[in-house]
Amino acid sequence: MSAIIEVDNVSKSFGGVVANTGISLSVERGTITGLIGPNGSGKTTLFNSIVGYHPIDSGSIFFEGREISTLPVQKIARLGLLRTFQQTRIYGQMTGVDNMLISLPHRKMGFADAFGRNGPEEYERAEALLEFVGLYQKRFLRAGSLSFGQQKLLEFAMALMNEPTSLLLDEPTAGINPTLINGLIDRLQRANAEFGITLFVIEHNMRVIMNMADHIYCLAHGQLLAQGSPADIQSDQRVIDAYLGAH
Amino acid sequence: MAKRAVFYLALIVFMLAAPFVFPVFKTQLATVWLMIIVALTWDMTGGQMGYNSLGNITFYGTGMYVAAVVTIALVYDVGEYTGSSGGGIYEFTDGQYFAGMFLGMLVAGLFCSLIAIVIGYITFGLRGPYFAIGTLGVAIAAGELVSNWEWVGGGQGIALPVYPGDLEDGKVLFYFLFAGTGVVLFLFLKWLYTTRFGAAINAIRDDEEKAEAMGIHTLQYKLATWAMAAFFVGIAGAISAFQLIHFEPLESAYQTINLGIFMVVCALLGGKGTLWGPVVGAILFHVFKEVTWNYLLGWQWVALGALIVATVVYFEGGVVGWLMERKPHWFNLPAKADEATGEDQP
Repeated sequence: MSAIIEVDNVSKSFGGVVANTGISLSVERGTITGLIGPNGSGKTTLFNSIVGYHPIDSGSIFFEGREISTLPVQKIARLGLLRTFQQTRIYGQMTGVDNMLISLPHRKMGFADAFGRNGPEEYERAEALLEFVGLYQKRFLRAGSLSFGQQKLLEFAMALMNEPTSLLLDEPTAGINPTLINGLIDRLQRANAEFGITLFVIEHNMRVIMNMADHIYCLAHGQLLAQGSPADIQSDQRVIDAYLGAH
Repeated sequence: MAKRAVFYLALIVFMLAAPFVFPVFKTQLATVWLMIIVALTWDMTGGQMGYNSLGNITFYGTGMYVAAVVTIALVYDVGEYTGSSGGGIYEFTDGQYFAGMFLGMLVAGLFCSLIAIVIGYITFGLRGPYFAIGTLGVAIAAGELVSNWEWVGGGQGIALPVYPGDLEDGKVLFYFLFAGTGVVLFLFLKWLYTTRFGAAINAIRDDEEKAEAMGIHTLQYKLATWAMAAFFVGIAGAISAFQLIHFEPLESAYQTINLGIFMVVCALLGGKGTLWGPVVGAILFHVFKEVTWNYLLGWQWVALGALIVATVVYFEGGVVGWLMERKPHWFNLPAKADEATGEDQP
């Protein structure tokens, strides 16, 4: 096992607000790694730093051994490190299938390919992945008319369409109908096991993350508070205190 | 399918016959085609890509000047020609005139593509209204720069040679140059919007940040789209230069408050983000404009303003957008009722 994402001593502040201080962590290839912490502990900021959404103040970030902390978002995405958004983002005016087709990996495309049309293979793949997340019946509906939970599933399918090596998921179960959550956990695990995609997941739902993750990091007040297996984290008094607001 | 073929055939016949059936309106019909070209090209960025440019008129004016300079430079020294302010006698043979016209159109298109890439490289960092204002600034600055550039005639502009031969034949030629460019542009866009390229610029319109996060080369797509639009606007400008014979920088070439705004109104009126919208809008707009300019003189700008307000407030999707909602089967769209309310299913 080797680290696919390595975060080394990363700090980020917005004006006077310090969001991340000296965070170091690593995500092992092929695993599901969790990132938890109370609201405002800097989880999403860390995600944004990793995918190049904003420049970091200090430290470095490596993806597959390559320094990526100065690269723009698109380049990092084309390396195969993708993220989904906490506030789900899909192309609302297009149908589900079109949303999938536009998510084809652009790292494999030359400029001339842009002037081609998608063939039956691409359509089949799009439909297979929509089937995988359970949206096959709704594939020709305008994506904006889907419910929030369905849009989240669509966004997840779009990410899979892009064939990433690593996927950062920002609260994948937030806003999803509780009866669908078990199905979603199953799909995330299958994406990890069958497609070999390394998952790095921010999650507030403890049942979900404890079931799924191989390793968990916990942030509090912008600093790394604890790390370990789900069992370690569950019994860690500092984590419990952080969630209950002990400091 | 057969209905569709008949529809297209009727349009082609009308296009070919129009200048002979309505000989008095040859120049008016040519202007309709000009409006169609600028509205369609505006919609490439404004409607399909979500970048509302108010500066596309820059390419129209630049196309005019490039075509004029190319035509003159083939035969004479440009500075001397413009410096004489029409006082000197400069003859052009038929061959020189037509060579200048066709070479001018080509060079104008290519040059405008090039400046679109340069301007785009700077302005595509701006989003939403900032992009609109930024590009408007570029257009105004370009007009002011050219009007102070004596080599191309400064504020007086340039006079090109008159069409050699019967002027009525010349009007027919200009009609077909505009119509031909318009048809090529329409067919090009009809194809382009079905490719992955079309999907990518739609993605940029719907959510550019998401498109970036998915690894789409957003800047390249934006530059390429604007460069293609500028190519056709530049050609339209070149044709206009020969049609107008004499043009000056602020009122006819870089006419930001006229054609520069009209093209936006055409696209909005017809329905932005649709293939047919700008075409329908350009025709309706030009008819509306000519009618009010003739019968409501003095109030024509008020009427035009009222039209813009009514379009923006009541016809957000434009005429074609409105039709798409009422008659989805005309556009091969699923009917509205088919859309589920979107409840979760396990």
